[in-house]
Amino acid sequence: MSEVTANQHPISMYLKVWLLLFVLSSFSYMVDIFQLQGVLRWTLILIFMFLKAGLIIAVFMHVAWERMALKLILFIPPIAILVFIALMGIEANYVFLNRLLVFITP
Amino acid sequence: MNGNDSDSENVWQSAVSDWSADKQILSMSWGKLMMWIFLLSDTFIFSIFLIGYMSVRMSTTESWPMTSEVFALTIAGHHIPLILIAIMTFILITSSGTMAMAVNFAYQGKKKTAVYLLLLTALLGISFVGMQAFEWTKLIVEEGVRPWSNPMGAAQFGASFFMITGFHGLHVSAGVILLLVVAKRIHQGRYDKKGFQIVEITGLYWHFVDLVWVFIFAFFYLW
Repeated sequence: MSEVTANQHPISMYLKVWLLLFVLSSFSYMVDIFQLQGVLRWTLILIFMFLKAGLIIAVFMHVAWERMALKLILFIPPIAILVFIALMGIEANYVFLNRLLVFITP
Repeated sequence: MNGNDSDSENVWQSAVSDWSADKQILSMSWGKLMMWIFLLSDTFIFSIFLIGYMSVRMSTTESWPMTSEVFALTIAGHHIPLILIAIMTFILITSSGTMAMAVNFAYQGKKKTAVYLLLLTALLGISFVGMQAFEWTKLIVEEGVRPWSNPMGAAQFGASFFMITGFHGLHVSAGVILLLVVAKRIHQGRYDKKGFQIVEITGLYWHFVDLVWVFIFAFFYLW
C-alpha cells in the first residue's frame, strides 16, 4: 500500500528525479534551439517525452509501488487511444491527399 | 431464457448478490481510486484534443505556423525562440517536485512543512497561469491569432492552440484552488485524525496536470 511506502522514500529520491526531469526538459528544448529537423527531431522529442512521462508516472505518482490491479486499470484502456491515433492518422492522410487532388488540379 | 418467474428472479438475485457482495478488488481508499478513475477519463479527453490537433495539422494543405518563432521573445535585445514555454515547463516540473515532497512530509506528520510546500506549489501554479495569460494576450493582441484565422499560416492553428492550452490552463487553475483548500484544511487540523491521504490524492491530480503538459510541450510546441 502506498500509505506505507509513501513515507519510506527519502526526499533525496524526489530531488534526483526533479533534477533528471530538468535535464530531460533542457534536452527537449535543445532540440528546438539547435533546429534539428526531420526524423531525428521527432525521434528525440518522443524519447525525451516518454522518459519524462515515465518518471512522473512511476515516481511522482507512485505507480511503480502500486499493485498490479491498479496498473492494469491505468494502462489497458489507453490502448484504445493508440488505436484511435492510428485510425485518425490514416484518415488525415486520406483527407490531405484528396485536398491536394481537388485544390491543385484545375 | 425461460419464462419461469421464480427462475428469472433467481438470475437477477444472483446478479445483485454478485455486484453487492462485500468484495474489494483494489486495496485503496475510494477517494484515491476515484481520483485515478477521473484521471484516466481526463487522459481520454486530452488525447482526443491532441488527436484532433494531429488530424487538422496532417490534413491541411497550408503551412503550419513555426511555433518556435510564434512563441519567441526578445529579452534584453536577444531573440530567444520558445523561451516562455521553456520557462513554463521548468516551473511546472518544479511545482511537481514540491508537490511530491509535500506528500512525503504530510505522511511523516510534518504538517507545517507540508503546508508551506503546498502553498509553494500553488504559487508556482499561479505563475504558470499568469505566463499563459501573457502568452494568450500577446498572441491575440499583437499577433492577431484567432480560432478561425491567423496571419502566420494554417487557420487550424488558432483553434488547436486555444482549445488545448486553454483546457490545460483551466486544469492548472482548478489545481491551484484545490491546493489552497487542502493547505488551509491541513492548517486547521481537519486531517489530524483522518490521516493525510488527501495530500497524496491532490498530488496525483497535480502531477497529472504536469504530465499532460509534457505531451502538449512535445506535440504542440516542439513538433
